[in-house]
Amino acid sequence: MADLSIDFAGIKSPNPFWVASGPPSNTAYQAHRAFEAGWGGVVWKTIGEPIVNVSSRYSGLTLGGMRLAGFNNIELISDRSPETNFREIADVKKRWPKHAVIASLMVDTRERWHEFVTRSADCGADGIELNFGCPHGMCERGMGSAVGQNPDVAETIVGWVMEKATIPVIVKLTPNITNVVYAARAAKKAGAHAISLINTINSITNVNLDTLVPEPFVAGRSSHGGYCGPAVKPIALNMVHACAADPQVGLPISGIGGIGTWRDAAEFVALGSTSLQVCTAIMHHGFRIVEDMTDGLSAYLDSKGMRSLAELRGRAVPQVGNWQQLDLHYKRVARIDYEKCIGCNLCHIACEDGAHQCIDLVDAAPYGLGPGRVPGKPVPKVRENDCVGCNLCSIVCPVDGCITMTPVDTGRPPMTWHDYQAGLAAGTIQPILPHP
Amino acid sequence: MPIQPLIDAATAAETMADVKPPLAAQEARVEASRCLFCFDAPCIMACPTGIDVPTFIRKITTDNVVGAARTILEANVLGASCARVCPTQMLCEGACVMLDLEKDPIQIGRLQRFATDHVAANRIDVLTAPQIKDAGRVAVLGAGPAGLGCAAELARLGYAVTVYDRKPAGGGLNTYGIAVYKMRPEVSLDEVRMIERLGVEFRYGVEVGRDVQCADLARDCDAIFIGIGLGGANRLGIPGEDLPEVVDALEFIDWIHTRPLEQVPVGRRVAVLGCGNTAIDAVTQAKRLGAEEATIIYRRGPAEMSAYAFEYDLAKMDGATFLFDTMPVEVLAADGHVSALRLARTVVRDGRVEVVPGSEWTQPCDLVLKAVGQEKQVRLLERLFPGLKLDRQGRVEHDPATMRTSLSTVFVGGDAANGGREVVNAVAEGKKAARGIHAMLTGKAVTGPVQPSRHGTADGATGSGFNHPIRVHELEAALTKG
Repeated sequence: MADLSIDFAGIKSPNPFWVASGPPSNTAYQAHRAFEAGWGGVVWKTIGEPIVNVSSRYSGLTLGGMRLAGFNNIELISDRSPETNFREIADVKKRWPKHAVIASLMVDTRERWHEFVTRSADCGADGIELNFGCPHGMCERGMGSAVGQNPDVAETIVGWVMEKATIPVIVKLTPNITNVVYAARAAKKAGAHAISLINTINSITNVNLDTLVPEPFVAGRSSHGGYCGPAVKPIALNMVHACAADPQVGLPISGIGGIGTWRDAAEFVALGSTSLQVCTAIMHHGFRIVEDMTDGLSAYLDSKGMRSLAELRGRAVPQVGNWQQLDLHYKRVARIDYEKCIGCNLCHIACEDGAHQCIDLVDAAPYGLGPGRVPGKPVPKVRENDCVGCNLCSIVCPVDGCITMTPVDTGRPPMTWHDYQAGLAAGTIQPILPHP
Repeated sequence: MPIQPLIDAATAAETMADVKPPLAAQEARVEASRCLFCFDAPCIMACPTGIDVPTFIRKITTDNVVGAARTILEANVLGASCARVCPTQMLCEGACVMLDLEKDPIQIGRLQRFATDHVAANRIDVLTAPQIKDAGRVAVLGAGPAGLGCAAELARLGYAVTVYDRKPAGGGLNTYGIAVYKMRPEVSLDEVRMIERLGVEFRYGVEVGRDVQCADLARDCDAIFIGIGLGGANRLGIPGEDLPEVVDALEFIDWIHTRPLEQVPVGRRVAVLGCGNTAIDAVTQAKRLGAEEATIIYRRGPAEMSAYAFEYDLAKMDGATFLFDTMPVEVLAADGHVSALRLARTVVRDGRVEVVPGSEWTQPCDLVLKAVGQEKQVRLLERLFPGLKLDRQGRVEHDPATMRTSLSTVFVGGDAANGGREVVNAVAEGKKAARGIHAMLTGKAVTGPVQPSRHGTADGATGSGFNHPIRVHELEAALTKG
């Protein structure tokens, strides 16, 4: 079995899976349940001056029958007193000394930051996460994403924290920003030990078409909330990669955003994450999901001959870069396996109306009929010369392995945009003609 | 002994309940969301009326149930009854691509019922027709599925249509001849009322040729549509056939539709002659109405029965028994009532059924239901329409593209044209005839919506089932291949 334990900026954890700061990490009771289920760490629900919450608080995005494809909340930070939270952290640490407990903090003045940082270390927390990301409720009061969106302010506040910090400090970044890398660099510059991302994204999930008030509904009104869940994973992966690839950041990353399975986790690790934080999937299915996450991740590492997570970490980072680095002479085309084709023609109509018009419907006779295909019904056929290899047909095809994007030899050596521009300038190559 | 009702109302309500119950709203949405929304979908091609199935199913996923019903009813005005009585396994569901994914096909029939039930229950009219019917005048003979399909389409095209039927209500076999556990007659009557609201006039209790003369209709109308279906059951030609408890299976099913279920007389030991889908409807309902024994007697083997496999399975599950390679030679009576059947083994030689000499035996029974096929109404047609050409099997000859008969202003559809097929074929033919009439009178073709493609209008797309009905054996061959 591969070693899943991690050392994240000095915070040790038996596995990389941490309960993210949020409703599942609100109490000692939940932390105990999480550790009993197999989680490696808990990032406590953000501690600050106690707030008051509204009823209701959450809304979900259902797609094609899948509930919680996306999830939105307008709940604020912990509504329990700092005393209660720090006392419970101390209790949890006593019972789970080898597991990671991180205190998430959000306060306003320098004095308050000093006080809360000190109290976090005193109660035995393994680290501190600075909540610079919450996009609702707190930001209007100059906290949360209001800090994270301004690198100068973030740098100042991280500086205050570092004045008193005796345990590792993680800065949690907001995605509601033009380029997350600037915020990450600010954290680094101010001396933070690590970053975590992404926090939730500003959102309105849907409008109730009878009341014309979005959910969550609060006495005839609603408010923009924080969006998370499986649907945000691609945004999170992109931002994690941006930070991992930036030479000026160079901090350990705790990946957050739509992680619900070991596969998601492995992707975040491959793009540079060390620890992984999960909230929405727990809110959907409970703490028990971690069993498959550890089991599956471990089996995956074994199957790839990797002995530890460190061997996977960042392995996909170098393959992602600027568009200009891509080979303009590479070509792949769609090939249809008629043994597998069920005749839904989704590839045809997607290509015809949504892409590049290179899949025809032709007489089925030369291709045989699938077992249920109706006689006389035409079959899709790719005109490979016109196929630009866009992938759309293979994405819409409902049958695994039916449409394969197959590389074809163009007989031309690799050429990037840079090469192309240089060649044009030097007069050594002809311009590529515009598509007719 | 004369036959009597055997069960009480409460029991009948249970035994005759829907075999395919309606879908609840969430069930319907979940089922609908399984649909892949195929382009140029095989289910459309397999539907004789060419319902755009993926479109109506997608509308269910978006909670646009009224729109779903509109998509259905615009293509097939009897969408509610077809949702219940279509052999969907042989048509749309049999063509579903899900079968190729080793998954259950989308339950198109039940989804169609969900959508059409919604508009019926909420009294929403999704079809519209011009108020002023000045396009022409058409007489429709027969208020069965073919006549209704024709009348509705003509009304929507602006024709003044009068439908004549000898029964006291419309719907034809949909109202009087479908197993109650598949469809209640109210569903069919609701459809008739919907077509009335399109401006179609119905005259019931009218026998054409007696109460109304065809010559008058021909003079007053621009066209006549023949949708008279088939006649009574074929004669058996055996002694005892005219005993009171020897009844047409369709007559027995008619009793079920016109009397309270607890008042339908049923034999304790029922023999059903024939093994088509009507025989199955009869034997199954006899069982459900309390018959102790209900036996299908068929002179050929199971491979040759015309009942669909799923109908055969249903009858077996209901406890019906099957005597294959057996035929009746005499109906025996005691005190003027049926007491037994004299039966004989048969063997098929060179395609012909022969009785095995000396194989006869007597089986007690008190009700004999004849489901040996319906007679063609050859004499009636010859009397009503002198010069009308019939084929050798007694079907009205017609141009398959327009349903026009050998008489230039007379059109035909349904069982009178095809010799006896499904309800959906009758509706499709009625619709096609309406378009044929319109084309004859205006020179303009009517086409359904078609999906545009690079190859011009996709002939294989929406509505193609209307032009090229998939024959069941073709589909079966395709399904069993590989």
